[in-house]
Amino acid sequence: MTADQALIDVEHLTMRFGGLVAIDDVSFKAQPRQITAIIGPNGAGKTTVFNCITGFYKPTIGRLTLRGDREYLLERMLGHEIGQQARVARTFQNIRLFPGMTVLENLMVAQHNKLMRASGMSVFGLLGLNRYRVAEAAAVEKARGWLERIDLVVDADRPAGELPYGAQRRLEIARAMCTEPCLLCLDEPAAGLNPRESAELNELLVSIRDRDGIGVLLIEHDMSVVMRISDHVVVLDYGRKIAEGVPDDVRRDPAVIHAYLGTGEEGADA
Amino acid sequence: MTPRLFSLLKDAALTAFVAAALGLFIVGFRTVDVGSTKGLAFDYELVDLAVAVVAIFVGRLGLSFASDGQRWPALVLGAVLGAVGAAPVRLPSTFLHWFVGLAGLLVIGRSLWPSAERAFGQARQSPQGRKLGVVGARWLAWVLLAAAVILPITPLADQKTMDLGVLILTYVMLGWGLNIVVGLAGLLDLGYVAFYAVGAYSYALLSTQWGLGFWAVLPLAGAFAATFGLVLGFPVLRLRGDYLAIVTLGFGEIIRLVLINWVDLTNGPAGIGGIPGPTLFGAVFAENAPPGQKTFAEMMGVPFDGTQRLIFLYYIILGLALITNLFALRLRRLPVGRAWEALREDEIACRALGINPTNTKLTAFAIGAMLAGFAGSFFAAKQRFVSPESFVFIESAIILAIVVLGGMGSQIGVVLAAVLLIGLPEWFRELGTYRMLAFGLAMVLIMIFRPRGLIAHRAPSLRLHEKPSGGGG
Repeated sequence: MTADQALIDVEHLTMRFGGLVAIDDVSFKAQPRQITAIIGPNGAGKTTVFNCITGFYKPTIGRLTLRGDREYLLERMLGHEIGQQARVARTFQNIRLFPGMTVLENLMVAQHNKLMRASGMSVFGLLGLNRYRVAEAAAVEKARGWLERIDLVVDADRPAGELPYGAQRRLEIARAMCTEPCLLCLDEPAAGLNPRESAELNELLVSIRDRDGIGVLLIEHDMSVVMRISDHVVVLDYGRKIAEGVPDDVRRDPAVIHAYLGTGEEGADA
Repeated sequence: MTPRLFSLLKDAALTAFVAAALGLFIVGFRTVDVGSTKGLAFDYELVDLAVAVVAIFVGRLGLSFASDGQRWPALVLGAVLGAVGAAPVRLPSTFLHWFVGLAGLLVIGRSLWPSAERAFGQARQSPQGRKLGVVGARWLAWVLLAAAVILPITPLADQKTMDLGVLILTYVMLGWGLNIVVGLAGLLDLGYVAFYAVGAYSYALLSTQWGLGFWAVLPLAGAFAATFGLVLGFPVLRLRGDYLAIVTLGFGEIIRLVLINWVDLTNGPAGIGGIPGPTLFGAVFAENAPPGQKTFAEMMGVPFDGTQRLIFLYYIILGLALITNLFALRLRRLPVGRAWEALREDEIACRALGINPTNTKLTAFAIGAMLAGFAGSFFAAKQRFVSPESFVFIESAIILAIVVLGGMGSQIGVVLAAVLLIGLPEWFRELGTYRMLAFGLAMVLIMIFRPRGLIAHRAPSLRLHEKPSGGGG
């Protein structure tokens, strides 16, 4: 695959907070219809990379090119524009649902921009015009489709905050998918899941890649997830990229083993 | 004597001691002026103090028994207190009768509370109870509305009631407007009365200077207030929580100070008088019509009556409030309303979903301001006089209290809270000095028993499944 087809092209990304260099000249690419995992020990700068891509931080140096319906330079866009125009969706390490709103409402909020246009900035909606009602029904159907995929149809009218932890994780992914993204960034989606839930998550991510054809960028500590489903792995340590490649190559890389275990011994994926 | 009883007695004695120590200086004696030459002297009211301390001792003991689960001793103590309070024995003041009697009621209430709560909970779980809850929730709003509509044609509609009705409805409308800003969008606005002032002065100036009528100015006043909301909101809505509250508080004061000091335009502290009232198809509500106009009484061919004007004002504000309500309910079900609620819950998640937080907050702020502008121009037309004194901070605080007390985001809660907050102090007027005391007591009781507001339940803006029958809440 040539560089021009990469979904997101991260070049020389550097992020400094005062004197602290959180990310130091990191470059990598993520391809469309692939799962790219970013791994690394705690404090390696994985979430900072995510925050730069999704506009929560402005990178000190670097270029972030997203090739969706056209080319976007993400480092120049405001936080909400990245979701609205460049269509990058993300989830958070500590789940950020709207806990007081119902599961269905969470998924409707994700379709806000589309519905806002359909409701003519609320004017058509206030008048109760048919155009808006059709759009709303379509949005509910889309939400129902996702609820079926994450197995939460029964709980659709419950407040999202009442759901069990694993369901909240799945809901957050579904909510991100309801924005119709071209790149989905998941920050530790398997954290706190039991092995069975973790396996279900694998299936969901694979189906997002294969069925929806979405490129996924994944931060994960759970190696059973990373090694089984990733197409490409990027390893960070102390803000630098120390290895990159297919999972099998990465797990044999001496630099990676050193970063995780501090010695040259075998067993990086333990 | 069991050790348990001993510790209860000790606790009650300690409470009584604290009460005595505090009360000694507040109730026990006071200085009185006994003439210019003799200066001040003490006036002792130690009997009052002693009665109060004994009542506190017995009351505390009763409460301890009650929370200990010993219902009968508590009931007996409560009954004794109640009997003393109600008995014709001569306590030094009527207030003491009230004090002792209410203490008895409190103890009795506390001792019956657990079983009452259990019975109430069971009733709520039973099929009939559930059905009643669903029916009640559905019909409460309609019953209140019907009552509000027919109130002026009932015999209750005297001058005082109608005045109070207009006042309460004005606050209901303001509460519904602020509910969009605070309840839905979660923006703490402590200067809401500023937009009310903008609306009021818009009508006052446009009517007295340019001769525009109420119905022509009403939309203009809303537009002016919304513009003020946008102008203020644009720079400050990036602030959060407490910071936003401080800025809006400051804005409210700035508007008031401008009104006081810009004498050329607003006539300063003296205010603007002679504002014409609203007209009905060109007919004015007055005993004698100004030249070229007809009075309502002439038009309808009925004798003039002072309450006609009040009833007309009542229906105007009722209509305005209902429009506000419909508007707010509708917006809540639209994407913009859901985005407001989502912003209240988690702004960062909203940004990640591509929602523009500033614009979304700005719409909430401007719409809230517009509704306050409508209410303001109604206020000016009702009072026929505006001055900066009507737009002080305490007004903002009362409106906010109505929203918070009603249960953030609940429409019917706002109505109940407005009746309580505006109506109660008026009805309590007969209590005289103890009016604000009774009011404060009511507030404390609400905060104890309904800490999340009168109506804390949030109904989803849309459902995937039909509401299960009989499963209300």
